[in-house]
Amino acid sequence: MSEYEYSYAFLDEQTKKEIRRKLLKAVAIPGYQVPFGSREMPIARGWGTGGLQITLSVIGPDDILKIIDQGCDESVNACNLRTFIEDVTGNAMTYDTLEADIIQTRHRIPEEKMKDGQILVLQVPYPEILRWVEPSERETRRMHAERDYNKLWVFLYEDIVRWGEITISYRYPVMVNGRYAMDPSPIPRFDVPKLHQAETLFLFGAGREKRIYAIPPYTDVLPLQFEDYGFKVEDFSGKSCRNCGSTNSYLDETFDSKSGKRYFMCSDTNYCTKRSSTITETKILPQEMSI
Amino acid sequence: MSFILKVEDLNKTFTLHQFNKKNIEGCRQVSFSVRKGEFVGITGKSGAGKSTVLKCIYRTYIPSGGKILYKSNQYGEIDLSKSSEQEIISLRRQEIGYISQFLKILPQVTALDVVTESLLEMGCEREYANHEAAIMLKHFELPEKLWDAYPHTFSGGEKLRLNLAQAMIKRSKLLLLDEPTAALDEKSKAPVREMILELKRAGTTMVGIFHDVAFMRDVVDSHYHMSEGFLKEAIVA
Amino acid sequence: MKARAKDNKEQALLRVRDLCKIYGKSCEQCVTLTGPDMGGNMCPKCGSIVACAEISFDINCGEIVGVVGESGSGKSTLIRLLHFDQSPFSGRAYLNSYENARTDLLNLSDQKKRWIRNHQFGIVYQNPYHGLRMNFSCGGNIAEKLIAADWYNYGNIRGRATELLLQTELPLSRIDDLPKYFSGGMQQRVQIAKALANNPPILLLDEVTTGLDVSVQAQILNLIRHIQRSLKISMLLVSHDFAVIRMLAQRTIVMKNGRIVESGLTDQIMEDPQHPYTQLLINSML
Repeated sequence: MSEYEYSYAFLDEQTKKEIRRKLLKAVAIPGYQVPFGSREMPIARGWGTGGLQITLSVIGPDDILKIIDQGCDESVNACNLRTFIEDVTGNAMTYDTLEADIIQTRHRIPEEKMKDGQILVLQVPYPEILRWVEPSERETRRMHAERDYNKLWVFLYEDIVRWGEITISYRYPVMVNGRYAMDPSPIPRFDVPKLHQAETLFLFGAGREKRIYAIPPYTDVLPLQFEDYGFKVEDFSGKSCRNCGSTNSYLDETFDSKSGKRYFMCSDTNYCTKRSSTITETKILPQEMSI
Repeated sequence: MSFILKVEDLNKTFTLHQFNKKNIEGCRQVSFSVRKGEFVGITGKSGAGKSTVLKCIYRTYIPSGGKILYKSNQYGEIDLSKSSEQEIISLRRQEIGYISQFLKILPQVTALDVVTESLLEMGCEREYANHEAAIMLKHFELPEKLWDAYPHTFSGGEKLRLNLAQAMIKRSKLLLLDEPTAALDEKSKAPVREMILELKRAGTTMVGIFHDVAFMRDVVDSHYHMSEGFLKEAIVA
Repeated sequence: MKARAKDNKEQALLRVRDLCKIYGKSCEQCVTLTGPDMGGNMCPKCGSIVACAEISFDINCGEIVGVVGESGSGKSTLIRLLHFDQSPFSGRAYLNSYENARTDLLNLSDQKKRWIRNHQFGIVYQNPYHGLRMNFSCGGNIAEKLIAADWYNYGNIRGRATELLLQTELPLSRIDDLPKYFSGGMQQRVQIAKALANNPPILLLDEVTTGLDVSVQAQILNLIRHIQRSLKISMLLVSHDFAVIRMLAQRTIVMKNGRIVESGLTDQIMEDPQHPYTQLLINSML
């Protein structure tokens, strides 16, 4: 390769080595935030650089990649990332959840249950779950080290006192492997149960905050709850997807400005597509991408 | 005849460090014994050392020498001068009482509560304690309207009667009295005499200091006289 | 001399032996060159401050032990060391309710110390800002102590908090208010409620009424008396005010320049003080 071409998957091998080592450490200590030297990327910090660096470090020439943003393959950010990764790897891309080897996601976990051998890479804005209750980084590190999560629990208690229930809707605190409290990233409550005892490897990357953490397969991931105030997911009873009729997926509420009506659609577009349409082809060709 | 309390060669010297270790003698070679249900009275001039003896028995003062043998319920026969602090605390709570001239005033505690708490400290139930406290206060003729007042502003006599009530309600095995009738008029002394006699009948052993020799003669079984730190048997006239 | 043998051996709840705290680099002569006989806390050889040394005492079940001393005596340091807020230079402590007093508390791992602190001790500081989280509600502060003692049922937590508020005579309507808007006396009550939350066997009280109005002080002290009588909690009560000590403590320890100079029954300390410094203190009382 000439000196002006990028290495495979953009990152140099030393960078990949560091990130892989940090990933191994993260997998060895489920839920523990491992600091890493987050590199300058062609995408600004706060736009998925953490997840991106993880994907670029683990991807191999034969891997098929899927990228979603809030469940959608075709949103701007997902498209930008996909274009970039395709440019620097030449790998095949897909919209199909079950076909992908690696899925990079922002703020949602796909509806279809992922398998052993697949990897889900999540983009994380704020890796520190204790930031809700403690501004000092030094103090939060001590709290994690000593498993001192009392302040977090009192935060939940005060929520119940004020509102009659725990009102946290995304970034719901979970306890991983009975040891570390973790921020599952801004996935909705609906997705939190998918982390528990899963077959899939979950990798979390925060590029701006420079932290990596992981949940290996078959790990206990339990949301924090009081014995008498249990964890609840969003309630979509009486609602269904306008497109495919699903009543058991996470629904986005949309507003049609012309008719003035509200309706619900599956957040996970691939899931919705599979259920509703007869299109079986899932490989993307540029001229078929719709807006 | 067995004794409840036997003091042998008790002496107490105070060392005042502020004044170049000046030594002041409180009492010397004090010996006497008391049998169960007996009342021993001690008279003498001010400063003769009477309070010193009582306080040594109660362990407010640390004796400098001698023995204070006491037959306790909890520990058998012990030497109070050598007992541990834990033992003394337990004895004070259950067996040995002390009536001083001064009422220990706790802030914002009513007269009735002062007496009630005396019993609560021994482990009694609150209702029973309240009930008994009321009886005791009535006996000492403390007016009912003062029962839920704070003793801070009581007269000397009222304070003394309250003091007597809270100490005597415990029905201690050994009761030490330091001038229990000092501030009382003749009429008020009668309930005190009655209570002492009642306690004697119930088996309480007592040692008391008196200025009022006439009162004392009515209730004591033996009389000692202290002068300049020495204790002598008084001549019973 | 026969029956008392067994009673005597009833073990103290807390035994502290040779506790010592030195700030600075310390040398072999720090302890011998400081103290009340040497007239100071600072080691003339190496300049370290010996906050306290050779501290040994017991607290028995259900008793209140007072600690009295002037500034620099080391009494507050003592409380902080026992509560693991700071680590000692040397010393041992044994708690009857933890592994039957076989283990030295001061040598345990941080996690075990925290467990002990959460389950065996309660503390009330002179300054409520040290003992309370001012941006949690009153109930939230109590909840924190309960959660630290492994209570994970909201209803139970709430019930216990209500109970404690009643016990400390705080108005129930203020359970969800922030203590930073309370008066000083009320803040101390919240601290006491929080300290009692998990029924610890030992309560540590550090100058709890210093700075409060006299009438409020009387109420708080009475509250402590009632609690002690009904719950039979043992307490270590630090104060520079003899009147407070006399009211509450059965036994008292007198400290000066980081050492214990005298200890004994409270009335004996006050009426027959043996040590020159104790005599000085007693004679200086108003």
